[in-house]
Amino acid sequence: MKVTEKDVAYVAELANLELSDEERTGMLRDLNSILEYIDRLNELDTSNVPPMAQVSDRYGVDESRQGSARFAYASREDILEGLRKSMPHEEALANAPDADENFFRVPKVIER
Amino acid sequence: MDLKSLTIDAARSAVQERKTTALALTEAHYERIKQEDGQIGAFLTLSKERALEQADRMDRLAAEGKTLPPLGGVPVGIKDVMSTRGVRTTAGSKILEKYIPPYDCTAVARLEAAGAVVLGKMNCDEFAMGSSNENSAYQPVRNPRDLSRVPGGSSGGSAAAVAADMAVVTLGSDTGGSIRQPASFCGVVGLMPTYGRVSRYGLIAFASSLDHIGPLAKTVKDAAIVLRTIAGRDPMDSTSADIPVPDYVAELDKPVRGMKLGVAKEYFGEGLDDEVRQAVEAAIDKLKGLGCEIVPVSLPHTPYAIPTYYIIATAEASSNLARYDGVRYSLRVRGVKTLSEMYRRSRDEGFGAEVKRRIMLGTYALSAGYYDAYYLKAQKVRTLLTRDFDEAFRKVDAIVTPTSPTAAFRLGEKSNDPLAMYLADIYTVTADLAGIPGISVPCGETKEKLPIGLQILGKHFDEASILRVAHAYEQA
Repeated sequence: MKVTEKDVAYVAELANLELSDEERTGMLRDLNSILEYIDRLNELDTSNVPPMAQVSDRYGVDESRQGSARFAYASREDILEGLRKSMPHEEALANAPDADENFFRVPKVIER
Repeated sequence: MDLKSLTIDAARSAVQERKTTALALTEAHYERIKQEDGQIGAFLTLSKERALEQADRMDRLAAEGKTLPPLGGVPVGIKDVMSTRGVRTTAGSKILEKYIPPYDCTAVARLEAAGAVVLGKMNCDEFAMGSSNENSAYQPVRNPRDLSRVPGGSSGGSAAAVAADMAVVTLGSDTGGSIRQPASFCGVVGLMPTYGRVSRYGLIAFASSLDHIGPLAKTVKDAAIVLRTIAGRDPMDSTSADIPVPDYVAELDKPVRGMKLGVAKEYFGEGLDDEVRQAVEAAIDKLKGLGCEIVPVSLPHTPYAIPTYYIIATAEASSNLARYDGVRYSLRVRGVKTLSEMYRRSRDEGFGAEVKRRIMLGTYALSAGYYDAYYLKAQKVRTLLTRDFDEAFRKVDAIVTPTSPTAAFRLGEKSNDPLAMYLADIYTVTADLAGIPGISVPCGETKEKLPIGLQILGKHFDEASILRVAHAYEQA
């Protein structure tokens, strides 16, 4: 067993999930079974292999340039209004479970 | 009205020539949905008002004698992971049950600008996570060919709707096989374009470095028409490529004689169903008969694709799904006292089992002490998998494989074994990891009359070649 009950509890906390006792038991079983399968990656020697994070690096990056200039493909002009007009507050808040005219409302964060 | 043979061109020209109206076509599809969808479950939301307005717009253009745009009056369906302004978009999840997007996904906007009539939103696995459509929080989709079987996933509704003539074409999304595998299970055409070919703006993110939007259609030509419409640079998605979009339709009829097609033994090994193997081998023979040269190639890292995928996809998902916190637009559980309790209980109640499993796996893989062992390792193997294709494509123009190791399985057959379900994507995930395009075309049936799919994989941004091979095969 790679993953322990304690790990499940810790990872659930990181992921902002509570999980019922039953879910935790199932998670322990499933994560161990999946990770056991994933461990076959260790059969490969990757010590000299660069990591690949993005496909777009292949067609966009300009290797002849330095620093952030290499990623020029992903940048655009800084337009004051943006590419589309900002959303009116009313529209941006329309899906919120709780809001006033200007802000999303949440339970109290700071106790005093 | 015969909806079975209704393709994009047939629908558009019927409206253009006033043999029918876009309104009548739209209503005929809604009637079909009313009759069929109760047992199939492909639609989650119908957007009638929006559809009828657009149909009317197309009818007026036709009445004025103006030339209709390429999809003028064509009824389409949109997978419910793509945002549609004013039309509920759930991603198949309870956590977005009431979400009404304030903007349109670029691919949807481009389809509508080309005259398409959006009938509604297609059912899918929750946040596109699944291979059977059983992970939808609303209802499973059933395979129109056999209602006891799954339509595949995650774009199960998109595939089933086309197969059952409830839409002429649909949009799906593919992160590990979610367009091609359901296309294969339902007997339709499914195309995943190159990563960056189609803007992801407005696509609800699952795994950002792997997500692709693409069409499901009755014919290869229809898939080509849709791709031509939705492809191309979009300033709203920095990963959309600034590379010219060829006329995929004009390229379809170019000869395939002399094209080199690779066959990799790694895609014909253990786990491949005999009937699927026979059908795919027969398809390869047919392509040989059309003048293609069949060349053996090797993709040696293939056995490592599924483990690589399930680290990278879940890691990205755990980060992308952090936004569903009950504050701005997702479900919020009432009666909680603290912010942290609100987050946790809202997510507990809003997410289904598979989504939680993937969030947990991804969070674990990214957590301190495991990042190098899992996430970084998987990123390195991703490089190796991509190099396999680079190497193979030095020798061949495209690679032909089965789309899925089996035909459609039964509902419930794999739902208690996540690993068995993940292996349904064994022939599709590698293309997502490498970012290359792939298409699935029907290539026969099993004895039980279940469709089988032939997958054709191509070089980055060379959709034209795989469409051409698929078209030649389909027409032969």
